[in-house]
Amino acid sequence: MSKSNFTRRGVIKTGAVAGAGLAVPQYLRADGHAGFTNAPGDSEVVLGFNVPQSGPYADEGADELRAYELAVEHLNGGGDGGMLQTFSSKALDGTGILGREVKYVTGDTQTKSDAARASARSMIEKDGAIMITGGSSSGVAVAVQALCQEAGIMFMAGLTHSNDTTGKDRKANGFRHFFNSYMTGAALAPVLAAQYGTDRKAYHLTADYNWGYTTEEAIRASTEAMGWETVNSVKTPLTQTDFSSYIAPVLNSGADVLVLNHYGGNMINSLTNAVQFGLRDAQANGKNFEIVVPLYSELMARGAGANIAGILGSQNWDWKIENQLGAKYAGTNAFVQSFGTKYGFPPSQAAHTTYVQTLLYADAVQRAGSFAPCAVVEALEGFEFDGMGNGPTLYRADDHQCFKDVLVVRGKENPENEFDLVEIVEVTPVDQVTYAPDHPQMGGADASLGECNNGA
Amino acid sequence: MDQIIVQVLNGLDKGSAYALIALGLTIIFGTLGVVNFAHGALFMMGAFCAVITSKILSASHRVVDETRTDFLGNPLEVETFYVQDWFGMAAGQTIMEWAVPIAIIFAIPVMILVGFAMERGLIKHFYHRPHADQILVTFGLALVIGEIIKYTFGANPIQTPAPPAFTGSLDFGVFLGYEAQTIMYPYWRLVYFFFSAIIIAAVFAFLQFTTFGMVVRAGMADRETVGLLGINIDKRFTFMFGLAAAVAGVAGVMYAPIVAPNYNMGLDFLVLSFVVVVVGGMGSLPGAVAAGFLLGILESFASMPAIVDILPGINQIIIYLVAILILLTRPRGLMGRKGVMEE
Repeated sequence: MSKSNFTRRGVIKTGAVAGAGLAVPQYLRADGHAGFTNAPGDSEVVLGFNVPQSGPYADEGADELRAYELAVEHLNGGGDGGMLQTFSSKALDGTGILGREVKYVTGDTQTKSDAARASARSMIEKDGAIMITGGSSSGVAVAVQALCQEAGIMFMAGLTHSNDTTGKDRKANGFRHFFNSYMTGAALAPVLAAQYGTDRKAYHLTADYNWGYTTEEAIRASTEAMGWETVNSVKTPLTQTDFSSYIAPVLNSGADVLVLNHYGGNMINSLTNAVQFGLRDAQANGKNFEIVVPLYSELMARGAGANIAGILGSQNWDWKIENQLGAKYAGTNAFVQSFGTKYGFPPSQAAHTTYVQTLLYADAVQRAGSFAPCAVVEALEGFEFDGMGNGPTLYRADDHQCFKDVLVVRGKENPENEFDLVEIVEVTPVDQVTYAPDHPQMGGADASLGECNNGA
Repeated sequence: MDQIIVQVLNGLDKGSAYALIALGLTIIFGTLGVVNFAHGALFMMGAFCAVITSKILSASHRVVDETRTDFLGNPLEVETFYVQDWFGMAAGQTIMEWAVPIAIIFAIPVMILVGFAMERGLIKHFYHRPHADQILVTFGLALVIGEIIKYTFGANPIQTPAPPAFTGSLDFGVFLGYEAQTIMYPYWRLVYFFFSAIIIAAVFAFLQFTTFGMVVRAGMADRETVGLLGINIDKRFTFMFGLAAAVAGVAGVMYAPIVAPNYNMGLDFLVLSFVVVVVGGMGSLPGAVAAGFLLGILESFASMPAIVDILPGINQIIIYLVAILILLTRPRGLMGRKGVMEE
């Protein structure tokens, strides 16, 4: 007769302890010996691409994903190498990152902060992603960046333009290559003054979320500084599709410029409505009525069709820039060649920034000789590089924001094809879009990166 | 005053869309007793009929132009449109520009067939199930249709412009003695309003003045008795489902130039249209139309900057507030019939 040592109380105790252990998120226990969360094994490393695959920015998300896949291909030695050929740092050699093959997992942010955090958490906890990248909405980027900071994971922001991402909500583990609302205002205002004069009255329609607020603030500050008056500003819901109720009162408001602080589907619809209501052909205060779209994208321009013609805005990058403005913007043609050959059309600026961010992360790990987030942060802070399509660029240590030239563009009147919808009006030098790290629009003196977090 | 007129005009086109969708919903509910949450998807499919027609009419083949290069430096492949090959440059261009009105001819039979397929293939199996089951299955169907459209056409809105003859705006204020450019109203929205009025009148005339319509109305009042008279009322009701789908479809076709079609536009309209049906009175066709215009205009007023400044966010909830108010004072809605949805 055997005698069991198990007792009911013992089983319950053991079960409770084991259950509690299993309930601890993986990133708090995995590879604790390595000193940081999700330390990769010897053969492969997993990156997490968190982009909107549904929702109003889904087309941007799809292009981001294409660029991420291309970047992984190039990091692993596939294809023609793309910008690895032109990148000023030569640390990457096409053998993955620190000798490990690069794998990736994807998540759908749905352009919603909650969904984005859930998918990022899943990639960190279940898939062991060492770095999360993505965006296409500043609300999403800010939320995921905060999550990555807590988890001790690097966040390389994709398409996020709000000041807050590297302003009041900046985090030590987060880095942004894309430009921001302040830079748009600083680059666009002088061109607006030159094209439309300094005696103008502006009416703002603003998407009712994080990015809309900071963009309106930046454009108002820049245009008012040069003499424009802001007649009114109206918040519009992100889910709005018919903007006629918002557009109709504009003509009688005393304004002679309409600023559409909208992006993606919002911008396509609001611009279409504005054109339908005759604003582009109207006269007000004895001047031609003008429409301005602060943040442009080729995908939006394609969606807006002929309505975009003649309308000014700003961009982070354009696939034609090296051909038009020369070798200063080297890397552009190499990327366009790789992307165009693989997918059959030129890349958008969303694709460009995500591709560059992936390479910058990989390069920083390679130079640091470690995947530990704090080592990567140190490698990226103050990093100056070139050959990535934007000219000489600095990753500023104070706020983890990239500083580079900004493009002012205009919708082409007679595009030759569906990819050639915008023309570059001016390139604003980096000096004119640089600001102090404690600038009031960036959270002021209270804004802080905090401490970098290695996680487990 | 000019701002009030502007918002009334704005409300008319939005109200027209609500009225047309709500009309179809009410027809389906009144005849088949089905709460069809896929009706917004039918509106969206109509809008995509316009997109598809536009794509078909602008189908092209590529001709290599050795003298020019594409973005990769390869010889440029120039798009050449078949309609221009067949009908000449000018006529071909006109055909492509009139894609939206032409789409109506294509949309009506397609949407009737879609309606028949939906009713015979799925919804008939849920006639004797609770309304909650009907809502679940039709809402699920709406999501599936939306995802198919997204997979096929992408997530971003697709511009489907009105014919050039209807682009631009009418200076409405001049007719009322205001200064030029005080009240501008896009021509196409005016077209949409009149088009909706014609469709609504045609549906009412069909139900009121034809024998078929008379039988359908009798069936709506007392299905069992009509059946006992030897009339196959089910077949007529199936046709009415197809008719309701066609009404939603043409409403979507004509709405495409107003708001660029996207996969989600059906859901955008669906919930509001249900509120319209409830406010108008379940089963009441005139109620659905009246409530559609009423709520469309109210929504426009609530979006006026002067009102939003005082009550931020009121434009998002005004329809629901009014719905609550009306249902508290008139539980059957504006023109609801006794006994409908009361068992």
